[in-house]
Amino acid sequence: MLEALMKIFGKEKKSSREIARDRLKVVLIHDRANLSPELMEHLKNDIIQVISKYMVINKHDMEISLANDDDSVALVANIPVSKMKH
Amino acid sequence: MSEVIVITSGKGGVGKTTTTANLGVGLAMRGKRVVLVDTDTGLRNLDLLLGLENRIMYDLIDVTEGRVPYKKALVRHKKYDNLFLLPTSQVKDKSSVNPEQLVRLCQELRKEYDYILIDCPAGIEQGFKTAIAGADCAIVVTMPEISAVRDADKIIGELNRADKESIKLVVNRIRPQMVEKGDMLDMNDINDILSIDCIGQVPDDEKVVTSTNRGEPVITLEDSVAGQAYRNIVGRICGEEIPFMDFPKDSFLQRLKKLLGM
Repeated sequence: MLEALMKIFGKEKKSSREIARDRLKVVLIHDRANLSPELMEHLKNDIIQVISKYMVINKHDMEISLANDDDSVALVANIPVSKMKH
Repeated sequence: MSEVIVITSGKGGVGKTTTTANLGVGLAMRGKRVVLVDTDTGLRNLDLLLGLENRIMYDLIDVTEGRVPYKKALVRHKKYDNLFLLPTSQVKDKSSVNPEQLVRLCQELRKEYDYILIDCPAGIEQGFKTAIAGADCAIVVTMPEISAVRDADKIIGELNRADKESIKLVVNRIRPQMVEKGDMLDMNDINDILSIDCIGQVPDDEKVVTSTNRGEPVITLEDSVAGQAYRNIVGRICGEEIPFMDFPKDSFLQRLKKLLGM
């Protein structure tokens, strides 16, 4: 019943097929790029260094990852900014 | 003109050997001269799937090490006399054959046969590198399961690195009812993720199990959906354009029976 209602309101839970598709797309980007976790860590540290010159950021909550955007791969960084440096 | 095709997958248990046996028999049924080479040294099974396990005298290692000419090691199929198996050794290991030896063997086999199918071992190590060395093209077998698709992607990368230009995909053991419910990846999803051409999709079929028990590949069974799927792949290998089949869905009566637990 609840599921049927959710369907009507378009809030259907993702099917396991869709979840598999999404997970595979992300994992294959990493596999194909052949990026090691160490390399990602280096990249993250370098990004922190550069951005810290201009603003104060929350290093613990920042996330960087590769994501699939249609046919291209994007480096997505989510960096919470605490305040600007002047 | 002859063609050397390697059947590979990365992951084990997705149906490489079953695919090799079925495609081999299917090509032979069309009158082609076919030889199947098992390179899964130490874990040979192609002989069992073809029902030829009691006829083996010599193996691949005897041939590559020059103890016997390849013709002496070939096992002729009981029913299709233009189909041959070159079995491998069950006691030696994968390091017993190297890529150069397999390339040389394939060159010799090309003179006599239309199709040389190479059954590749699982993994991406030496055994895989040896198996693909002499091949013109590759058929990658995968299953609608994330681990099998990921491994297929890795194998495709390795095949590209080894300059194999023609790579085709077979999606094995699809369960149409699960796909319909949104609980399983289908051929188009996998095609989209891996971006290589599909040459076939094979539904999960109990007849594959029963025919394997008998040592008679399912492609020989007229009334099997998996058999029909394999026959379509064989047609496509021979250059025919065959549309992908729609799998039979449960009828209303069957669904009702399932619902009532009958």
